[in-house]
Amino acid sequence: MSTQTESAIAKARARTGRMNGAEAIIRSLEAEGVEICWGIPGGAILPLYDAFMACEHTVQHVLVRHEQGAGHMAQGYARATGRVGVCIATSGPGATNLVTPIADAFLDSTPMVAITGQVPTHLIGTDAFQEADITGIVMPIVKHSFLVQTVEDIPRAMKAAFHIASSGRPGPVLVDIPKDLQLTEFDFAWPDEVDLPGYDTDWISGVDQDAVDAAADLIARSRKPVLYVGGGVINAEATDELILLAEALQVPVTTTLLAKGAFPDSHPLSVQMPGMHGSKYANWTMHRSDLLITIGARFDDRVTGKLDAFAPGAKIIHFDIDPAEISKNRSADVSLIGHLNETLPALRDAVLAHKNDERIRHQIDWLNEVQGWRRENPFRYRRGGDTLKPEYVMEAFDKALRGKDAIWVTGVGQHQMWAAQYLTIDGPRRWITSGGLGTMGFGVPAAIGAQQACPDAYVVNIDGDGCFQMTMQELATARCYDVPAIHAVINNGWLGMVRQWQELFHGERYSETDLFGTIPDFVQLAEAYGCLALRAETEAEADAVIAEAIAARRPTVIDFRVDREEKVYPMVPAGSASHEMLDETWENEWVEEGV
Amino acid sequence: MGASNHHTLSALVENRPGVLSRVAGLFTRRGFNIDSLAVGPTERADRSVITIRVDCTRHSVEQVVKQLYKLVDVIDVYEVPAEAAIERELLLIKVQADAERRSEVMKLAELFDARVADVGQTTLLLECVEHPDRLASFEELLAPYGIVEAIRTGRVAMLRASAPEGESKSRLRVMG
Repeated sequence: MSTQTESAIAKARARTGRMNGAEAIIRSLEAEGVEICWGIPGGAILPLYDAFMACEHTVQHVLVRHEQGAGHMAQGYARATGRVGVCIATSGPGATNLVTPIADAFLDSTPMVAITGQVPTHLIGTDAFQEADITGIVMPIVKHSFLVQTVEDIPRAMKAAFHIASSGRPGPVLVDIPKDLQLTEFDFAWPDEVDLPGYDTDWISGVDQDAVDAAADLIARSRKPVLYVGGGVINAEATDELILLAEALQVPVTTTLLAKGAFPDSHPLSVQMPGMHGSKYANWTMHRSDLLITIGARFDDRVTGKLDAFAPGAKIIHFDIDPAEISKNRSADVSLIGHLNETLPALRDAVLAHKNDERIRHQIDWLNEVQGWRRENPFRYRRGGDTLKPEYVMEAFDKALRGKDAIWVTGVGQHQMWAAQYLTIDGPRRWITSGGLGTMGFGVPAAIGAQQACPDAYVVNIDGDGCFQMTMQELATARCYDVPAIHAVINNGWLGMVRQWQELFHGERYSETDLFGTIPDFVQLAEAYGCLALRAETEAEADAVIAEAIAARRPTVIDFRVDREEKVYPMVPAGSASHEMLDETWENEWVEEGV
Repeated sequence: MGASNHHTLSALVENRPGVLSRVAGLFTRRGFNIDSLAVGPTERADRSVITIRVDCTRHSVEQVVKQLYKLVDVIDVYEVPAEAAIERELLLIKVQADAERRSEVMKLAELFDARVADVGQTTLLLECVEHPDRLASFEELLAPYGIVEAIRTGRVAMLRASAPEGESKSRLRVMG
């Protein structure tokens, strides 16, 4: 698979001629430089699949086993590359199976275009076979959607869909195309521009210097500033600008779950992830701060805990691309809408112009205080003796792939949090997780999509036994296309995060969370799918299978039989203040005073 | 009534299928309270205006406007300040009025510039285009006669012809 060259794209855009709507969809994909897409054929999208075979084109189609897999693969591709991920489904059940990935892409601001077949126009509204009002169903979870009305609208809708999905704050766009329009012939021409009077992103460009100066002024007067960094930095490709800003400011940097990799985990200024399962030092840094310099983050409840008690003494600077995020959950003192790769350098320049020795002196004290919290309260766990601890698996993987181009993908739950805590991610687009929607089953297909985007990278899906069983049918896709991602199942025989809540907050009543004894033998199952299948029950076995899997470069499943009781700590109970964290008891524990 | 929390927004939208659903759905999803909503064509065939009376007790009007702007089909959003605008609503109301009380009800209708749209044996159907507050008083005065049914269209609002250009119709393009 190769990236479409500029000249191939230019050629596709210059194409004109008589063709049917189905071929026009493919020509539109070529004109947008789409190299790969994922989907499953069906009645209402049949003409498009016919055109995939009938005409010469440059778009690779990957046949998946469930449309949800197609959506998450498109997301994995989009998150690994920053380019628009494309998925395709038929009408009715095909389209509704895309709903979860569309919602996931909406909450995590992932650029995605979903193309769905629709019943022929004369049958719309008659409860026809496989008819579902998909544009109506996805209305609250898309950035925009089109129900194409005439064949001439196909290129226009496609161009608009890619433009909307990839510009401003990225998100999913759905294009629903009735079957009869796919079969109708017309004169194709790629439109020069999109006509969207209600969608203007030009105004985002440029920097409001007054806001930058106001932010620099707040920073100059601050004693305990912290950079609170969200996934917007990755979407804006602004990692380098962020590092330069952080180093100029010399302030601690917290990165949310979605921002992991936006700032290097191993950078001395990083205090890693804040929030429900974040580090104590990240949460205390936010809590004690007098100024949150918020960059592309959105004050999500998993970060803030009880909103009224979050960073109570802090003023707020908020840089974002989406005006609706400013003062949505927490009121901002200074805000700036813009592209972060423009606004962050402007802030850095303004800060450097404010030479202020006193500020620097205070900030050295502040950094020392934060480093003290960090030294005394690292992420930690007790080694298991005979049992294998999940945290050990993370550390072993981290060590084994250090220095290699690794992409980490996860499901949702305990394993996801351990991965977030113990993996070192030093670059953007190398950590792909379902944050906002929290979609169990995200891992297997997203890892396949990420691996297809980056064939040379080492892609590891850290999954749970519950998550894995939700989308494991895509192992067939991995096998068919020889996608060598490693699927590491952290198997504790529980729906583990739910079990943890039941243990801590529901009187140890483990209602419907125990999977032990009902889980298929993952090794036999993976072998049935033609994958390399490995198992580890001890630390030594874990080290060995990880080395074997990394060397294999073929679709691999590892069944890590881990300690069944292990919990994710620290933990901010839902609704509590974010500095009040539950933890295991540690000897010589450093207790924070007076927070 | 806490009138300060109520705002009249005028949203210029593309006249496309589904636009009203998108706007109405946004209000439901975000928990914004609509007092009234009226939609209709404009002087341009490809544009409609949705006039929304919104209760901003729980949310700031800025947040409502920003969310409206995120809808691709919404072109512009204006707040129409009551003091600079003509606000109107149509009321259709059927009132108990037998021969005995008919003239009494009609006199009241005259006071409110209401028209008799239809006459029945025991009821009168009145129509009235007025400021919504005045319609409320009209309904209140008719109540003792017995209201059979009443419907209002929801308010529409337009800046006064005499309003100084550019001053009062504030285009709410929120820059953050």
